[in-house]
Amino acid sequence: MSAAPAVEARALVKRYGRITAVDHVDLTVKAGDVYGYLGPNGAGKTTTLRMMLGLITPDAGTVKLFGRDPLVDGVRALDGVAGFVEAPRFYPYLNGRKNLELVAALDGGDAASRIDAALDTVELADRARDKVGGYSHGMRQRLGLAGALLRDPRLLILDEPATGLDPGGMRDMRLLIRRLADQGMTVLLSSHLMAEVEELCDRVVIISSGRVRYEGALDELIATTAGRYELRTTDDERAQQIAAAQRGIGDLERDARGLTFAAGERAATALSIALGEAGVGIAALVPRTATLEELFFRMTEEAPAGDLAPAGVSNDRRSATTDRHTPRAEEEVRA
Amino acid sequence: MSTVAAPRTVERREHKHPGVGTVYAWELRKLRSQKRTYLGLGAAALVPLIFVIALLSSSGGPDEVPFGRYVKETGLAVPLVGLLFSSVWLFPLITSLVAGDIVSSEDNHGTLKTILTRSTERWQIFVAKLLAALTYVFAALVVFVSVGLVLGGTFWGFDPLTSLSGTQIPAGRGMLLIGASALAYFIPLIAIAAIAFLLSTVTHNSAAAVVGTLILSFMMQLLAIISGLDFMAPYLLSEQFDAWQGLLRDPTDWAPITHAAWVSACYAVPAVLWAFLAFLRRDVAG
Ligand SMILES: Nc1ncnc2c1ncn2[C@@H]1O[C@H](COP(=O)(O)OP(=O)(O)OP(=O)(O)O)[C@@H](O)[C@H]1O
Ligand SMILES: [Mg+2]
Repeated sequence: MSAAPAVEARALVKRYGRITAVDHVDLTVKAGDVYGYLGPNGAGKTTTLRMMLGLITPDAGTVKLFGRDPLVDGVRALDGVAGFVEAPRFYPYLNGRKNLELVAALDGGDAASRIDAALDTVELADRARDKVGGYSHGMRQRLGLAGALLRDPRLLILDEPATGLDPGGMRDMRLLIRRLADQGMTVLLSSHLMAEVEELCDRVVIISSGRVRYEGALDELIATTAGRYELRTTDDERAQQIAAAQRGIGDLERDARGLTFAAGERAATALSIALGEAGVGIAALVPRTATLEELFFRMTEEAPAGDLAPAGVSNDRRSATTDRHTPRAEEEVRA
Repeated sequence: MSTVAAPRTVERREHKHPGVGTVYAWELRKLRSQKRTYLGLGAAALVPLIFVIALLSSSGGPDEVPFGRYVKETGLAVPLVGLLFSSVWLFPLITSLVAGDIVSSEDNHGTLKTILTRSTERWQIFVAKLLAALTYVFAALVVFVSVGLVLGGTFWGFDPLTSLSGTQIPAGRGMLLIGASALAYFIPLIAIAAIAFLLSTVTHNSAAAVVGTLILSFMMQLLAIISGLDFMAPYLLSEQFDAWQGLLRDPTDWAPITHAAWVSACYAVPAVLWAFLAFLRRDVAG
């Protein structure tokens, strides 16, 4: 039982009419992971999380939380699991504390004994007697988190929890998630805030148009871009010609800041010698790694299963997804 | 966001899930915090008040209906005449106001996802909501009858009531029979509540559920007065609201009440089953 992963989704599919919101998604969140679920608007993040929480029924595939399937085990599958999808919602005609008392009553166990601590944690204690109808967006977001903490979860599922928070609120949210993770809580965090994911997560899934583009460790993903160099010279135009003629240099690009290219270390050294011989001065030659943001754009905007070799995605899976339909085709369907 | 909620234990016992009773208690608390509940209960109190004021300010009475002749002779007749008039629109409205809202208001507030991701099964929430809606309807009925009885007694005393068979019913037994009549009246109201509950569950829209229930109720009343269709009348829900009159005969005539019970069940059971399946299977977005 305890060996089962926190979340295990296999070939999960959800269709809405002609749109396949979630298209054969596989993902595994191991206990202790802080797992980022990344994708642009409409990628299918929320839909996936809804299936995990048993709010909607998959058209195909399975999802298990600690080995339990919400379809089979009902609400037992959510034992030890808490979280919310999209903006957390509460009864506007009840105050914050009453709302928490209500959900705690539906939780059973000793959830009600955690209300005060949870209100303190999200700094809502002084507004707890006000009706939720009068809460600001950020306050509701924090109340949602308090509601989740009442369950004392082992797995916390959060859908863009920082949406609509001010910079201070975002930082607080991030610090809190960090602290919870440090205590051993498994976190599944959907987001399109790259900084948030880079700071918090150790593993990520990137999806777009319902399909997984990458699943694996965040640093491995970033490492896949190693081998790119930035070059600035006294004569970029000449340098571009020389580089283009050089063996082992690929993917050459030039912009106002200089050149970038892909190369092994040996080819890069050879290029520096060739430039020197040609009388072109090298101002800078630096290896660079892409930020998560660049990778994200590359994976979600360009080729459906890009030329990168995502660590966690097997080859047959990628070709299968490319064959079915491209994101562009899906966008047309949506329009 | 300062300190984290509570220290977490590594080993966890299977935690105890709450029962329907807990959910039901909270459904009642929710109803107690909503304006529409008081709108319904207020109407149930106000209508008998207006009825009594109208009687006080006019010389005659509603002579054409059963017990109408006696309203100014004994307060016991007041709630009974009130029941007769209220089956047309008042109780269908009071009933659908809450029963037609109790599921769809969750859609409206987007709170279904909040309560369905805790430790209560969908069926428990369904049952609790249904019971809470029926509790409210029953409360409205009690308010209606009590206000009518108290006001009637205040102005016209508690003299014996003349039964529909012409015999005299003393005040004590009369009050018991009024209570029993309210229970009999509750039977078709359960069916109306079930229909409103169904519409609330499948339309996800309170206004549609309330209006839909009222339209259905009016349609049945219309069908009942079309002379070519009188064969249908005994099976229409609207006709079951007069079954209580069997209790005010000497000897008691149980036939209309058992008839009302099974006719109402024919409406209520399929409506509740349909609503149940819809609620259990539905995708909760939002
Ligand atoms: N209830 C629904 N009915 C119809 N289509 C839906 C429904 N829910 C989701 N979709 C569609 O499924 C796709 C995925 O939506 P989803 O909400 O999962 O995206 P997301 O990744 O969470 O996006 P965002 O970042 O904007 O929150 C979208 O094309 C959306 O229009
Ligand atoms: Mg979303």
